[in-house]
Amino acid sequence: MIEFDNVSKVYPNGTVGLRNINLTIKEGELVVIVGLSGAGKSTFLRSINRLTDISSGEIRVNGKSVTHAAGSQLRHIRRDIGMIFQSFNLIKRSTVVRNVLSGRVGYHSTLRTMLGWFPKEDVALSLDALQRVNIREKAYVRADQLSGGQQQRVSIARALAQEASVILADEPVASLDPLTTRQVMDDLQRINREMNITTVINLHFIDLAREYATRIIGLRAGEVVFDGTPAEATDEAFAEIYGRPALQDELLGGA
Amino acid sequence: MKTPASTAPLQPAAPEILPPRKTKQLAGWLVLIAVLIVCSIRTKVTPYQLITGLPQMGSLLREMFPPDWSYLPTIWAPMMETVQIAILGTTLGGLLAIPVALLSASNLQVSRWISLPCRMILNLVRTIPDLLFAAIFVAVFGIGPFAGMLALVFFSFGIIAKLTFEAIEAIDPGPLEAMTAVGANRMQIIRFGVVPQALPYFMSYLLYTFEVNIRAAAVLGLVGAGGIGLLLDRALGLFRYDRASIIILLTLVIVLVIDYGSTIIRRKLL
Ligand SMILES: Nc1ncnc2c1ncn2[C@@H]1O[C@H](COP(=O)(O)OP(=O)(O)OP(=O)(O)O)[C@@H](O)[C@H]1O
Ligand SMILES: [Mg+2]
Repeated sequence: MIEFDNVSKVYPNGTVGLRNINLTIKEGELVVIVGLSGAGKSTFLRSINRLTDISSGEIRVNGKSVTHAAGSQLRHIRRDIGMIFQSFNLIKRSTVVRNVLSGRVGYHSTLRTMLGWFPKEDVALSLDALQRVNIREKAYVRADQLSGGQQQRVSIARALAQEASVILADEPVASLDPLTTRQVMDDLQRINREMNITTVINLHFIDLAREYATRIIGLRAGEVVFDGTPAEATDEAFAEIYGRPALQDELLGGA
Repeated sequence: MKTPASTAPLQPAAPEILPPRKTKQLAGWLVLIAVLIVCSIRTKVTPYQLITGLPQMGSLLREMFPPDWSYLPTIWAPMMETVQIAILGTTLGGLLAIPVALLSASNLQVSRWISLPCRMILNLVRTIPDLLFAAIFVAVFGIGPFAGMLALVFFSFGIIAKLTFEAIEAIDPGPLEAMTAVGANRMQIIRFGVVPQALPYFMSYLLYTFEVNIRAAAVLGLVGAGGIGLLLDRALGLFRYDRASIIILLTLVIVLVIDYGSTIIRRKLL
């Protein structure tokens, strides 16, 4: 569960990232955030695991305040939140399984992780995670030898190895082709359903949002201007979010 | 999001780029030549000396040949000592460089109160040439390889730390952010986000510095800091140019072999 209480974010240069946000994302939801470029989607997502600090208000994840946590408390909250980036952010020179294992560091002592000694259970867990996204056979290949879609699946596996209860994905398919896009979205949806992991995804394809989301939140200039089911997210609603009718390149097509 | 290309506003016209003026180039060359002439006159370093020195050069070369091959066994041990000085100096200097490079890098969120002094130390160390280090340590610890080794430690530390910290600043920040998001602490972020990216560069700089140090170690003996340089100094002092030439030949071979090996390894690393 993710709760936003009167959350606002103003960047040091005066840009408003988020404006007075109040909402609750319940366990197991698959929320897609839509909005124009600069609407505050990344700010919204990154404030949940505090990669970005908010200016006022409070955010709680599973009842624990992210806003007031510090040090190891904050690290333990982050350990429960997997994050998937547009640019994958893998350690390119390391093997796939090493990358997935790096999701486990929050569970072990500094000394143990410095030596790179992960327990057998962690390795098994990581291979399992890779199995779930169908790239188990790539476990011992160097990460930079995989295609973009495969790399993104490795980063999903990393989040699974974390045993996260929440997954955040910031434009996870923006650098993938339409076919791989669907595979990655299918993976995220399957994991959301099978493991009941609360999932929040930033997307800029309207049709993808309608297809995969259980709930769509529309942001405009840092404000929530739409919050409803995919069925309620009509073309008119999108025109409202964007301040204009949708453009052709905001549709992935081929659904 | 993206605007359709057809309605995208045109870029404002860029100011016209003119080819550089010929007169400027000419002026540059004239200034350079003037500076060369002035320097040459002030230091009394002129082509005249080169010409008058040539016959002596010839006689020196004649005395150097044939090299005194029988001297080879005598110089083998000091030569190996030189290599060992370089290995120890480079390794210890490289180890010292790791923490300082990490503390100096501006993208690892180290407090400025630590990173600025670290960078200052680095810049200071790098202004001191290796021979000066050697001379200082010979004065402190006495004549011998220990002083030479210590000189190379400081010298290597300066080079490796500076190059590595610049490499660290150029790494992809993405993995660091991913590790932060995973709940890693500072050390774990460095271990999993920084080290895999910076290690190949560090190893490459270490090898490069080793190449430089082999050459440096060969002359350290001139100021009494151990190694083959000591014998070279003695041979030159006794006018035994046949011995000097065998020392130079052996040094050349060792340096070439190490350069070659290290270049191959470095190419594999990056
Ligand atoms: N570090 C920053 N400093 C100042 N302003 C920022 C910073 N990061 C984002 N902003 C501004 O905050 C606003 C929201 O940015 P954000 O990145 O959240 O948008 P977004 O919806 O994710 O856009 P996009 O679709 O382009 O990724 C924008 O106006 C942006 O310019
Ligand atoms: Mg964004």
